[in-house]
Amino acid sequence: MENKNIKKVIIELQDVRRDFQVGSEIVHALRGVSFKIYEGEFVTIMGTSGSGKSTLLNQLGCLDTPTSGEYILDGTPVRTMSKNQRARLRNRKIGFVFQNYNLLAKTTAVENVELPLMYNSKYNISQRREAAINALKAVGLGDRLEHKSNQMSGGQMQRVAIARALVNDPSVILADEATGNLDTKTSFEMLVLFQKLHQYGRTIVFVTHNPDIARYSSRNIVLRDGKICEDVINNDIQSAASALAALPDINDD
Amino acid sequence: MNFLNLFKVAMTAIASNAFRSFLSMLGIIIGVAAVIIMMAIGQGSKESIRGEIAKMGTNIISIRPGAEMRGGVRLDPSAMQTLKMTDYEAIQREKKYVTYVSPEVTASGQCIYGANNTNTTVYGESLDYLNIRLWEMEDGEFFTDDDIHKGSKVCVVGQTIVDDLFNGSNPVGKNIRFKSIPFKIVGVLKSKGENSWGMDQDNVVIAPYTTVMKRLNAQTYFNSITCSAITEELTDNAIDELTEILHNNHRIPEGAEDDFRINSQAEMMDTMSSTMDTITIILVVAAAFSLLVAGIGIMNIMLVSVTERTKEIGLRMSVGARGIDISNQFLIESVMIALTGGILGVLLGWLGTMGLGAIGLPTSIPAWSIFVSFAVCTVIGIGFGYFPAKKAASLDPIEAIRYE
Repeated sequence: MENKNIKKVIIELQDVRRDFQVGSEIVHALRGVSFKIYEGEFVTIMGTSGSGKSTLLNQLGCLDTPTSGEYILDGTPVRTMSKNQRARLRNRKIGFVFQNYNLLAKTTAVENVELPLMYNSKYNISQRREAAINALKAVGLGDRLEHKSNQMSGGQMQRVAIARALVNDPSVILADEATGNLDTKTSFEMLVLFQKLHQYGRTIVFVTHNPDIARYSSRNIVLRDGKICEDVINNDIQSAASALAALPDINDD
Repeated sequence: MNFLNLFKVAMTAIASNAFRSFLSMLGIIIGVAAVIIMMAIGQGSKESIRGEIAKMGTNIISIRPGAEMRGGVRLDPSAMQTLKMTDYEAIQREKKYVTYVSPEVTASGQCIYGANNTNTTVYGESLDYLNIRLWEMEDGEFFTDDDIHKGSKVCVVGQTIVDDLFNGSNPVGKNIRFKSIPFKIVGVLKSKGENSWGMDQDNVVIAPYTTVMKRLNAQTYFNSITCSAITEELTDNAIDELTEILHNNHRIPEGAEDDFRINSQAEMMDTMSSTMDTITIILVVAAAFSLLVAGIGIMNIMLVSVTERTKEIGLRMSVGARGIDISNQFLIESVMIALTGGILGVLLGWLGTMGLGAIGLPTSIPAWSIFVSFAVCTVIGIGFGYFPAKKAASLDPIEAIRYE
C-alpha cells in the first residue's frame, strides 16, 4: 500500500543548512538536512532542545529560509521567495498548530477558524463561514461554534486550533508540540484526532520531544545537533483510540 | 484582507479596550472641539463686524485732508486744511457715481443743559448726512436747507445726549449750550446703539456744517467730506471720480503726491475682516497644537497596542497575513480612533458654540471647518498610526508567535 513511487512528494529538503550569527560566533542550527515527506504521511520529528527541531519547523513552515540548500514545498522552491510570497504560500499550503493554541482572545471558535481565510480573497463571507463550520465539525466542535476562546478548555482550544489549521485545506499540517500543554487524557484525544486526519489522507508533521508520540505516527525522524540521526518508517502504528480507552480513569476528580 | 474585514478587526480591537481607546480619543475630541469653537468665534465676530459696518452703509466714502503718512514725518498744519468749500461745490456739480455728499466739521467738548452736562462731539454736516449714514429720526425733524444757508444754531441729538442731559424726557424745542453757544434741538435721532468695537454711536450732536464751521470753530476748511456711492459695487468708480474732481480742483500735477486721502467703508470692512481672520488663524493654530498632542497620544497607545498584540500579529503572519495586511489593520485602527474622536469633537464643538451663542457671543460655524476637521483627523490617524503600524508589520513572525 505504501508505494512511495506513486505518492506525491509534499516536502523535499535538499541539504538544508541554517546558520545564525550570535554575537561574533556563527551557530549552525541545521547542518545539512535532507528528506522527503510524501502525501499522506504522519511524520513525527523528535529531538532534544538544541537539536535544531524548532529551526527545522520554521523552515518547513516557510517562516524562515535556509542559509543554503533548498526546500521545495508542494513543488514550490521556497529559498528565494520574498516575505510576501512566503506569507501567501503559508496561507494556501500550510496549517499550523501551536503548543499554546494561539487563539484570538474574546473571539468565537468560528471566527478563530475563519482567520486564515480572511487573508485569502478567493473566499467570500459565506464561503469562509461554511469552511470554518465544516472544519469545526471535523474536529468534533460542531456544537461550540459561537463559544469564545476564553470559555473553552485546553482540549477544546487545541481542537479549534486544529480546525483553523484544516480550514484552508493545506498540503501539510505542521504541529509544534501540539500536546505539550495538555494532560495525558486530552493528549491522547488529540492524537486520536490526528490519526483520524491521517486516515483521511492528511499529511502531518508533528514536532515533539515526547518519544511516546512516535508510536502513533507512520514515520519518525530524530534530529541531533542539526543533523538527522534516525529516520524510520513505523510499520506498527499503535491506535491512540485504544490507548485512550485503556487509560485508567484518573481524571475523574 | 479586504477593508470590511479590516474595519471589523479594528472595531473589535477598539471595543475590547474601550476605555483606553476613549482616553486616546479624548485628546482629539478636545482638540477638534477647540478648533471648531475658535473658528466659530472668529467667523461669528467677523460676520457681526461686517453687519455693523453694513448698518452704517457699505457705500460710504470718506475724503480726508493730508497726504499719506510716510515714516512718521510731521506734516505741515496747512496740509490738514486742504478740503475747502470749492471742493464740496465741485463734487456736487460733477458727481455721477456719487449720490450724497456731506462736508464734515467737528468740534468736541462739553455740552450743557440746565444743571446737566456731558462730553460729546458736534458734527457739522449737510442734509445728505442723514442718507449717507442711514440715520432715522425718532422725534422732531432734521434741520433744513435754510438752516444751512443761514448758519442757524439748531441741532439734532442722539439718544445718549437725551438720556444724559434730559433724563429721557423729550428735548425737542429745548436749547443746549456747547462752548457757550446755544443750539436749539429740532429733532432726535433713532438709537443705533454701540458698534461692535464698543463705540457709542448715539453720543452725537449734528448741526449744520456752516454753523459749526463759522460759529463754533471759526475755520474755513472741512475736517472731511463724506460721500456715498450709488451702490456698493460702484464704490471704486466713485472713488476714481472723486479723485479726479479733487485733482483738478487742487491743480495737482501728474505724478505729484495728493493732498487728500479717500477711503471707502468697503476697504475698512476688508481691513476689519482680515484683522479678524488673523486673530482667528492665531486662535485656530493654538487649538491645532492640541490636536498635535492628541496625535502623539494616539501614537503612544498604538505602540502599546502593537506590543500587547505581538503574539496575535505573529499568529496572523503565520496563517498568511502579509506585512501590508498587518500595517493596514493598525492604520485603520488609529484612523478610526482619530475619526471617531473627530466626530465627537465636532459634536462637542457644536454644543460649545451653541452654549457661547446662548450667553451672547457672536458665533457661526463655517461648514468647511467641519470637513477640515475630518480631513485633519484622518491625516492624524494615518500620520501618527504609521510608525506603530510599520513596527507591527516589520515584526518577525517566528519571534512574534513565541512572544510572551
